[in-house]
Order: sequence, then structure tokens, then C-alpha cells
Amino acid sequence: MPTDRQTMIEISGVSKFFGSFQALKDISFTVHDGEKVVIIGPSGSGKSTILRSINRLESVDSGSIIVDGMNVNDPQVDICKVREEVGMVFQSFNLFPHKTVLENLTLAQTVVRKRPLHEAKEISMALLEKVGIAEKASAYPAKLSGGQQQRVAIARSLAMNPKVILFDEPTSALDPEMIGEVLDVMKTLALEGMTMVVVTHEMGFAREVADRVIFMDHGCIVEEGTPEHFFTAPTHERAKLFLSQIL
Amino acid sequence: MAQTPNTQIKIEIGEGAAIPVKSDSGLFTAWRIAFFGAILTCCYLAFIKPEPYLEIFKFVPDGILVTFKVTVGAILLASVIGLVAGLGRISSNRIINGTASLYVEVIRGIPLLVQIFYIYYALGRFVKIPDMLSAIIAMAVCYGAYLGEVFRAGIQSIPKGQMEAALSLGMTRGQALRQVILPQAFRVVLPPIGNEFIALLKDSSLVSIIAVSDLLRRGREYASETFSYFETYTVIALIYLVLTLFFSKLISLMEERLNADR
Repeated sequence: MPTDRQTMIEISGVSKFFGSFQALKDISFTVHDGEKVVIIGPSGSGKSTILRSINRLESVDSGSIIVDGMNVNDPQVDICKVREEVGMVFQSFNLFPHKTVLENLTLAQTVVRKRPLHEAKEISMALLEKVGIAEKASAYPAKLSGGQQQRVAIARSLAMNPKVILFDEPTSALDPEMIGEVLDVMKTLALEGMTMVVVTHEMGFAREVADRVIFMDHGCIVEEGTPEHFFTAPTHERAKLFLSQIL
Repeated sequence: MAQTPNTQIKIEIGEGAAIPVKSDSGLFTAWRIAFFGAILTCCYLAFIKPEPYLEIFKFVPDGILVTFKVTVGAILLASVIGLVAGLGRISSNRIINGTASLYVEVIRGIPLLVQIFYIYYALGRFVKIPDMLSAIIAMAVCYGAYLGEVFRAGIQSIPKGQMEAALSLGMTRGQALRQVILPQAFRVVLPPIGNEFIALLKDSSLVSIIAVSDLLRRGREYASETFSYFETYTVIALIYLVLTLFFSKLISLMEERLNADR
């Protein structure tokens, strides 16, 4: 694990309740600059909740989350400033259906980053080129396949020049033949050194790309380590059982 | 023994239209029959029996203009009130939410006619509001409550992920609402809002009981002078019909425009 690099995300002692149900129990982990962390675990284990609390789409009840030096849950901190630096890719894409692909990319650049429209368009076209979908720039999202939509969604978050991107089960809503094209884009980003936190069920991706795997169950981090260690010699029973079911 | 699939019986594949589509393609749609029928009837009456029909047609046009002014004024004002009320109803601020809910509940519980009387006569004792303006305010306050509910439902119909995506790109709640949520909600609410506008146009006839010379009041003035009640109210009804049909066509054209990219 690279420890000489700067800390990008520092989560310490985070707990969260939904009513009387405790979704997160004293979660702590750190993500360094350029690191790729993959969070896996059965459904209901709290992996999406912890991911969504990094940009405060979920608020937490105790503990602290520091992103790029900013305390996410501090009311004094402008949460929009945090979110400008933290990209997010959703399971259900969440493209804006009333805007074209290009407009999906330019919107936040012009509104939030205050870039001139022509500059935003240039950046957007370059990014669409990069994710291999430039020819659909003027199409509306409804005309695109799921894989294409997700690639546009990744390009949309890249357009903000985020320091880290969170992926919340980015391939779970896709038809099997479209998963590859989205994972390829993610692998390219990883090679370029993007800091990534990925919640996924794609074990192949975790093995190939992750610097570190975090296994969660019932709101706790059960196991944390390198992919080689986790996939070949997990120490905890729960992790062994999960792997035997999924592999 | 492996059975070979039965290829003898061909399955008939239909058009696939399990859900009937709005058939607007024929020449004789209900809208056309009603609209052109009403116009033809007007022309027929004016030419065949100029006495009293042509007289009535000459007498009422300034009433149409007043009805039009009241309706458009009330639509504009009610849209603003409705949007504020709708946003207030989904606000997480308890005071704003409570105020908006109270407004909607109170106004929806009082008949429009009573509200018109209230603003014109009851409040007229304290502040003098011009006739036309008090008519517009009464209509707008009433319809603002109905439109508020339509806007609320429209905004809530947009999936939660849209707001989350906008927020996670660094937009403020206001920016997300303006750029992402409201444009989508507008499409959803256009048909029900169109219905409200048409209802408002028809209900504008209620303002004839205060001193506003709208279409219905002009008709009443003519009828009470000449005692030709049947002829007058026939014409009034036909004109209202043409107006509402015209409006409803306008709205359905707007809908088609908005859905062009679907």
C-alpha cells in the first residue's frame, strides 16, 4: 500500500442509522491520492451507504469524513466545493433526459465551474472521444444503450476534473454484453492514475485494478487488503463464504 | 425421441399496439367537429337571422376582450403563485412547508364565487382595488392553489437520482432545480396545467357578477335590454366553446413540440 502519497479521503469512526437499523458501524479507512479502492460485500452490507456519504448524499450520525482536506459533515464547509472535486457515477446512470449528450457534459462545467460554453464544449467533445461515443454528442440519452449511457455518465463526471471518482455499482444495471465497455473505460482511468473508490460485484475488475479491497458485511469492514491476499487467502469466515458463493 | 418444434401453426403477430394510442389522425376528430361546428353555427346564425344574432355578435366582442384579459392575467399570476406554493409544499423547511400547505388547504376549501365576493366586496371595504384587478387576483389566488398541487406532483414525479446527479456535480439545490428538475417537471405537468387553464377560462365567467364587463356580463346586459335570452345565451355558449377549444388545441400543440425529442 502506498503510504508516501497524500491522503485524499479519510474516514474515521463513521456510524449511521436508518431509524433503529444501524447501516454503518464505526467505519474507518483511508484512500490515498491515485489509489484504487474496491468495496465489495453482500447487498445490505452498507457499501453503497459509505460511498454515498463521501459526498454527503447520505449524512452520517457520528465520525468524520475528510475529503481533500475538507470536512464533509462540517456545516461551515460548502458541500458544493467538496462535490466539485468528487465525481460520482451511479448504477442507474442518471443522465439528464431533457438534455443532449453534449449538454449533459457542458451543464455543470458552465454552471458550476463557470467555463465559457465554447471551452466546455471542446473539453466535452474530447472526453466523449475518449470514452468512444463522440458520434452521439447531439443525441438524447434515451436513444443510447445502457453501456453508452454509463460511458457518457463517466465522461460527465470527468468533465469537472474531479480529484476522485466514486462508482456506485456502475455495471449492475447493464446487460452482460455491455459491462465490458464500461469496465474498459474504468480500467483506462485507473491506468491514468485517477483516484477511484468503486463499489462493485465485478470480481475480475477488483482483482485486476484494485490496489486494495475492502470487504463489508452488516455495516462493518470485515476484511481489508490487497486483491491477491483477499482473493487467495481471506482470513475471515464471512469473506470466505462470500467468495465461495460469488466465484 | 426428440420432438421437432411445431412449425405448422404460425403465430399471428399484430401491430403490437396493446395500449390504444390517441388517434388524432382522422379528418373527423371530436375536436374538429366541435370547433368548426361551433364556428359554422355562428356564421349560419349571423347570416340567416341577422336580427338579433348579428346584433349580439356586434355587442359582445369587448366582453371577449375582457374575458381574455382576465384569463391571461390570472393564468400568469396563478402560475407564479402555483410554482411558489408547489416548491413550498416540497420544502424541508417546516415553516415554509406549513404555510404553503395551509394556503392550499384553505383556498381549495372555499368556493371560487365566495372568494371573488370576498376580495371584491369584503376586502373592498378596507382597500380599493380596481374591478378588473380584483377579479384577476381572486382567480389567481384560487387557481394558484390548484396549480401548486399540480407542480408539486410534477416535481415529485422526477426520479430522485436526477437531483443526486446534479448535486454530485457540485450544483446547488437551486441550480439543480432550475437546470434539471423543473424543465423535466414542466413536461409532466403540461397536460394537467392545460386542463387547469381551460377550467380557469370557463370559471372567469364568474367575475361577471362583480362589475367586470366580461363576455357573460355583456350577454346579460344585451339580454336584459332585448329579452332575447335564448338567442343571447346560445351565442355566449358558442363563443365560450370556440375559445376553450382553441386553447386546448394550443396546449396539445405545445405538448407535441416538447415531446419531439422523445
